[in-house]
Amino acid sequence: MSALQKMMGWIDDRFPLTATYKAHLSEYYAPKNFNFWYFFGSLALLVLVLQIVTGIFLTMNYKPDAALAFASVEYIMRDVEWGWLIRYMHSTGASMFFVVVYLHMFRGLMYGSYRKPRELIWIFGVLIYLALMAEAFLGYLLPWGQMSFWGAQVIVNLFAAVPFIGEDLSIWIRGDYVISDATLNRFFAFHVIALPLVLIALVAVHLVALHEVGSNNPDGIEIKKKKDPATGIPLDGIPFHPYYTVKDIVGVVVFLMVFSAIVFFAPEMGGYFLEANNFIPADPLKTPPHIAPLWYFTPFYAILRAVPPMFGSQFPGVLAMGLSIVLLFFLPWLDRGKVKSIRYRGPIYKIMLALFIISFVGLGYLGLLPVTPVATLFAQLFSVIYFLFFLLMPWYTSIDKTKPEPERVTG
Amino acid sequence: MKRLKKFFLLLAAAPVVAFAAEAGIPLDKAPVNLADQESLQRGARVFVNNCLNCHAAASMRYVRMQDIGLTEEQIKDNLLFAAEKPGETMTVGMNAADGKAWFGATPPDLSVVARSRSPDWLYTYLRGFYRDETRPTGWNNTVFDKVGMPHILWDLQGEQVPRYKTVDGHEVIDRLELTKPGSLTPAEYDAMVGDLVNYLVWMGEPAQLTRKRTGLAVLAFLALFFIPAYYLKKEYWKDVH
Repeated sequence: MSALQKMMGWIDDRFPLTATYKAHLSEYYAPKNFNFWYFFGSLALLVLVLQIVTGIFLTMNYKPDAALAFASVEYIMRDVEWGWLIRYMHSTGASMFFVVVYLHMFRGLMYGSYRKPRELIWIFGVLIYLALMAEAFLGYLLPWGQMSFWGAQVIVNLFAAVPFIGEDLSIWIRGDYVISDATLNRFFAFHVIALPLVLIALVAVHLVALHEVGSNNPDGIEIKKKKDPATGIPLDGIPFHPYYTVKDIVGVVVFLMVFSAIVFFAPEMGGYFLEANNFIPADPLKTPPHIAPLWYFTPFYAILRAVPPMFGSQFPGVLAMGLSIVLLFFLPWLDRGKVKSIRYRGPIYKIMLALFIISFVGLGYLGLLPVTPVATLFAQLFSVIYFLFFLLMPWYTSIDKTKPEPERVTG
Repeated sequence: MKRLKKFFLLLAAAPVVAFAAEAGIPLDKAPVNLADQESLQRGARVFVNNCLNCHAAASMRYVRMQDIGLTEEQIKDNLLFAAEKPGETMTVGMNAADGKAWFGATPPDLSVVARSRSPDWLYTYLRGFYRDETRPTGWNNTVFDKVGMPHILWDLQGEQVPRYKTVDGHEVIDRLELTKPGSLTPAEYDAMVGDLVNYLVWMGEPAQLTRKRTGLAVLAFLALFFIPAYYLKKEYWKDVH
């Protein structure tokens, strides 16, 4: 036995290092037919790490103080060595996190990755998405610009629309009657420690659940049903390491090229990643004429605005917005399709999914615009389609004409 | 199926078409060229001599102007009026309360003004002052109605008065006419404002030239790295059928 083997043996007697490595990498069998859409899971993990590392370095010079916050960001941009790079990586990372997560979720919708036995993976995933939205919202207050301030004002006021307890609830969240230094401090605390801990824990259980049941694939069939009788290894499975590690490296390089193109050449991304108004320090006395949330929130913001106030209360809109996310949790039980993958689904599901995507993107676009009667009408139409996609799903998936699934995975 | 596809396309495009016609004040294109160091240096001088009397740029250190080709000596001798040392930031002596009392609003810090306002807006704004006796300062502006700031460059530009036209029953400003010439010709004034805006764009993010240079190196590295990554994947996947 070599010294290295001896050392490994010593560790393995005390910690399941080799067993863990095998279970999750070298002997975790993933379907061999992953396509383009399967890059975004590992990319989301990469962005999470990027956000945590750049975030740690930002906190070294950022000041969570209403009087100092705005200037401290500019200090990072100018006087901290490579501070501009760290800051732009973090601000670009926030948006790119949502880009990869949205694509990752879309993959799940297409190939039925949320279906039995992967319901818990999906639910942990939706929880990750919720935690990510909270994390992004909290973090956006920190630069203490006009959009930080007024965006937070609008969102916290949503809680004030809750009947009876709303007013107290919003004061409790802010720690003050308006967004203030107290709010900034608590948002900072939540953003740099509370939510990241929750995110990491959720990502861990998401992966544990995934590795327990095994990955879905573009054909939506279970590779574990066809195993080599001698070895017990799925016939269509290949070890995650080295096959998917080397493949994901290619994905990472391409992703980093896109990421770098934004960071180095268009960090503001035309105002979508960094809003122009956020280069004006927060001013509680000056409401900007148009308050738009960042692009990744706008579909839900558009749903909120699409619902007219009822009985003099904005609460129905808030409820609709909340419901639009809560519905995601029920997806595994709403879908009654005989097949998982879009490849073998009938025309009805394909049309519904297309309508859903158009509505979601349409809502996202409308959420960026000021309210006009035409915009509201479109937002209402898209909102109805959004909800019908979920609410009618038990019906249209069960009557849809599906094609037979193959026995083994296809190319 | 074809008709269905058409319907989807129309549905997707509908909101974009519905809001395409949005009116705004036409802005003049600012001649921004960050590679032109002489323009940036001239702009810096205009900024320090004129703007920095009321507006601060508190995130900007004088010494950073070394990045636009000035030496520390040049900065000390020519641009350091309001500070003792080149390492200091561009603050002003005027206090915020006085500013508010005199102009109705504290003159905003200009460190990142080119990022909150676009360069084109700044270029149009600084050339868009006109005489308006209804305003306390006697000045108004085409892109910033009821602006608090008087036209401090009036002796250079001269005085402009608005000429109106009627659109849909409303009187709107058609153009500005120079009635009293300043010490600069209109072309010289535009060039000076162009230098100033160029400087403001640079000051909004002094690292931006470094950023783009670094970006090219990073992208070149990634492009090179892609080659072994791609062939490594191909080699490993040879035996997967």
